Amino acid sequence: MCGIYLDYQSASPVDPRVAEFAGRFLSSDYGNPSSLHSRGLAAKAALEEARSKVAELINAESPETILFTSGVTEANNLAIRGAALRNAAKGKKLLASQIEHISVLNPHKDLKKGGFDLNLVPVDGMGIIDLAALESLLSKETVLTSVMYANSEIGTVQPIKEVSDLVHEKGQFLHVDGAAAAGKIPIDVQKDGIDLLTLSSNDLYGPQGAGALYIKPGLRIQPVIFGGGQEKGLRPGTEDLYALAGFGEAARIAKLEKAEESERLQAIRDGLIKEILKIEESYLTGHPMQRLPHHTSFRFSRIEGESILLTMDAMFNIQVSTGSACSSRTLEPSHVLLAIGLKHEQAHGSMIITLGKKNNADQIPAIANATKKTVERLRALSPL
Amino acid sequence: MAQIGYSKEVMEHFMNPRNVGVIENPDGYGKVGNPVCGDLMEIFITVKEDKIDDIKFRTFGCGSAIAVSSMVTEMARGKTLDEAMLITRKDVADQLGGLPPQKMHCSNLGADALHAAIKNYWVKIGKIKPEEAGEEIHEGEEGESCGT
Repeated sequence: MCGIYLDYQSASPVDPRVAEFAGRFLSSDYGNPSSLHSRGLAAKAALEEARSKVAELINAESPETILFTSGVTEANNLAIRGAALRNAAKGKKLLASQIEHISVLNPHKDLKKGGFDLNLVPVDGMGIIDLAALESLLSKETVLTSVMYANSEIGTVQPIKEVSDLVHEKGQFLHVDGAAAAGKIPIDVQKDGIDLLTLSSNDLYGPQGAGALYIKPGLRIQPVIFGGGQEKGLRPGTEDLYALAGFGEAARIAKLEKAEESERLQAIRDGLIKEILKIEESYLTGHPMQRLPHHTSFRFSRIEGESILLTMDAMFNIQVSTGSACSSRTLEPSHVLLAIGLKHEQAHGSMIITLGKKNNADQIPAIANATKKTVERLRALSPL
Repeated sequence: MAQIGYSKEVMEHFMNPRNVGVIENPDGYGKVGNPVCGDLMEIFITVKEDKIDDIKFRTFGCGSAIAVSSMVTEMARGKTLDEAMLITRKDVADQLGGLPPQKMHCSNLGADALHAAIKNYWVKIGKIKPEEAGEEIHEGEEGESCGT
């Protein structure tokens, strides 16, 4: 399985240091953090250490602001449903940007069915949220506004501080999906003015199956699943100690190394953009500057993205992603690509590259050449 | 176990598609699908003694769309026109070792394109009237449902 892996956003390898650190909780240092015996206490200590490490990555006020979940989908559901329902007395209006992840949009849409009022805030052609539209849609009854830190399909980074200022001036609480951005660019929940932030372990090279929700001190939410008293009763269920200890260690390493690693990846990213845009009728999607350092995304006219993905994989052993409808379960075109103004037939020809630890600048010519050959092959087949 | 991804046959035809290209002045031409939905296929045929003599295709679409086009051209070559009209979407999918369920509708237009090309020929030689050929080109509109 060598080749060149360019889909870190879909799945990242667990950092070997993380695996070594957390591996002992699988078979030797097992224990339930709720147990009162020595194994339970040791497990509880490991869990709280992980909580501190995650809190430090985002400069949270204290470890107590962090709730652990099974991943970002669960964390987003808990943030949105939990905050909106608990604080519905303040108002029943919701806002979300048009390009939120599906695990943000769908809980909002579900609340709408339950009597909340939902508006989607548009973005410009590069995926930046329309602040004037946001301002005009906000009111004191807007109990929750969801705007992601950065988008996973087009890489665009939002002006979160400006969003936060508007939300707190005109509305109530701001929920930020930080999964794509954490560990890549600095997130400071206090400086950024974030009320609810969701995080993913695997995006930091931690184990899959772990996520977190930061809740600003003083903000009350309610649980969405019910059980015992774990995670202050807000996320009951026995903790996955291996995944969470690994998440904590991954967060600690990310805090130390992210600045240098992001600079390294950004240089590769910019090299790829320069080379791939030499292909005829190729276009960058998303913002050229306000962009995640490890992320680049394109569209190519007259060809389809799933075919791009399959050709890159089968012919060149290079793994990429696509926003093409044909590769999705629903066969719906990407709502993100439509929101930035692409037509359906344009949205079909997308290719997404997310870089990571195993990539280096020496790979740029091979990736660019494979992309060029793939596009040429598919255009030769295309009647358009 | 549920099938994961595409079958070996689909990948083989996707990576090495047969009969790609254009026939100048074809006897029959069929075009189906809609770029808005992500799939568009065209098939060119020449006819000799009521049989498909030469056949070529071009396709914009996903892996299964390209594999289906390639397979249907292989299945149709050398067949009489009446025999070729009997090739169904399901026949093509079966020959490919099956298609993922969500691909059965949108990306399985090969038989439709073939039939359109044959009807186009029949109209030209006066065997059927243009209105009997049905809709040759499906020009879809944005927002129209492309799903199953």
